[in-house]
Amino acid sequence: MASSNGRAGPQTTMAPRVPDSPATPSAVVTVRGLCKTYRAEGGWRRRNAAPAPRPANEDIDLRVSAGEIFGLLGPNGAGKTTLVRQLTGLLRPDAGSISLLGHDVVRHPELASRLLAYLGQEAGALDELTVALATETTARLRGLSAPAARATRDAVLAELGLEPLAGRPLKRLSGGQRRLACVAAALAGDRPLLVLDEPTAGMDPVARRAVWTAIDRRRAEHGTTVLLVTHNVLEAETVLDRVAVLDAGRVIACDTPSGLKSLVDAHVRLDLVWRAEPPLAVPEIDRLRGQAVVTGRRWTLRLPQERARAVVATVTGGEAFAALDDFTLATPSLEDVYLALGGRGEGLTRQ
Amino acid sequence: MTEAAQDMIETVPEMTESERGVAEAARDAEPVALAPAALAPAARLLPALAAVYRAQLSRARVARVPLLFVATFQSVGIMVLMRGVVDGGAGDEARAVVAGSAVLVVAFVALNLLAQYFGQLRAGGLDHYATLPVPAPAVVLGTAAAYASFTVPGVAATAVIGALLYQLPLGGLWLVLAVVPLAGAALAGLGAALGLLAPRPELATLAGQLGMSAALLLGVLPAGRLPEPLRWTRELLPSSYGVDALAEMFEPVPDVGLVAAHLGVCGAVGVASLALATWAYRRATRA
Repeated sequence: MASSNGRAGPQTTMAPRVPDSPATPSAVVTVRGLCKTYRAEGGWRRRNAAPAPRPANEDIDLRVSAGEIFGLLGPNGAGKTTLVRQLTGLLRPDAGSISLLGHDVVRHPELASRLLAYLGQEAGALDELTVALATETTARLRGLSAPAARATRDAVLAELGLEPLAGRPLKRLSGGQRRLACVAAALAGDRPLLVLDEPTAGMDPVARRAVWTAIDRRRAEHGTTVLLVTHNVLEAETVLDRVAVLDAGRVIACDTPSGLKSLVDAHVRLDLVWRAEPPLAVPEIDRLRGQAVVTGRRWTLRLPQERARAVVATVTGGEAFAALDDFTLATPSLEDVYLALGGRGEGLTRQ
Repeated sequence: MTEAAQDMIETVPEMTESERGVAEAARDAEPVALAPAALAPAARLLPALAAVYRAQLSRARVARVPLLFVATFQSVGIMVLMRGVVDGGAGDEARAVVAGSAVLVVAFVALNLLAQYFGQLRAGGLDHYATLPVPAPAVVLGTAAAYASFTVPGVAATAVIGALLYQLPLGGLWLVLAVVPLAGAALAGLGAALGLLAPRPELATLAGQLGMSAALLLGVLPAGRLPEPLRWTRELLPSSYGVDALAEMFEPVPDVGLVAAHLGVCGAVGVASLALATWAYRRATRA
């Protein structure tokens, strides 16, 4: 079914594809012209006095194909969570259309829960339940019968390595373990679309791997589509098929991670960490100061390759080397893409 | 429906009846539309209610046992204090104090704690339920029922201790089993609605505590001793009818009709307040 403005492409999984475009993969999520501005909080007096609030989402277009792992990357406040809350039917857009697997969820937000599983950032509803009961209850509320919910619970806990923690209440677990238990609840009960808001936040590498293995298996076996919110660039580069980069409520780029990185591949990133004060007596270092993003003793520079080579030669000899604690030279990351595209905020992480 | 659309439906043999229905409905609405994917079934009311009830009861066991003790000790403490000014035996006042203290346990848990719980849930946690295909009444009723049934031991203990303390007959105590669900429904519905309608969690907590204070003041003090305006306020508080029903059962020969009438009012208010809470839940989850 097309979105309400009639511009959406073919998007179906149940019926045959449209005869005139057989090569188009079916779209699971189609978003057109989505806009959302939060109303000012408080009474009418304060609202009248306050300046007009900035839109949280502004004219967003997205198309996620079946079986894709699609990422929304951007720093805090870029509008990622606002976007997924509209996709999941939790928030009504001011304008625009959202189609999930052919269903108009702007007009029928209640259908979203029957099409997708959502992992939000808050775990308030599950906090005092044991891991096993949180997973089983969620499966039950996703419409599974009691035996099916128990079977799903056992399978998901085993898959994520949560069996030793099954009897512990979520709030007595560490942050990463609690997040993993929430992932278990989100994965309980099959859904063709998973919307995961920073699923691996705070997790150790073992737990992260378990999560990605579980998601990959669903994709391979059921063609599950994943929409992932993240501000972790490393994760974005390794797991995503395509990524939309958000800044201040707008999509500023949308491509594969390598496609995006090719936009800035003439540059490399050079990190210099000084022992104490930077050796500004060296003229080359002094000139670099204006270009560096300074974080404590660390200078981060984005330079053309030739220039970077020259800087490395300078800092690995003489007075500059004596002041140098560490340096790293890296090919561009999505963070560099983000900055090169004019991203304003900071707060992307690289762990 | 266009012929092409009809053909599309008929050339998909694996479509089930319900999927076909969804596809046909979509085509009827928009002639250019393609077949939407099949929807997963929504959770049905009773199984979902049972699942919420079970989860909430386990949650209450983990997190709320100390609070139940507090609620029970509070009620027992009030009875001990009141024993200093109220004579034991067959008087109206003794019956009112014991029945009021017993129902106060329900007010503490169902009104105060539930308002707090829903207030906090609304601040971050309702998304979980709102993104599951669960009927709104299942969440509200399941949670309210769990909180109410959690009070049974506290109410029973308070009533037994009170009856012994004030030398009242124990024969009518079985009525606790009717008073708890009915007064529980009325108070829990009110508590849930307060929690879900309060603009901030702190206000939900405050409203719940005020409601409980009202139940304490108006329920425990014998109605005959209250000034006229407070007596009218007492009539407006749903828990008062539970108190009156229980107090009647401490009579040597209870008036069954009166007990039934009190419980009937309690039940009717319960239905209304749970309906209000369900409406408040729908409102909170569809911001």
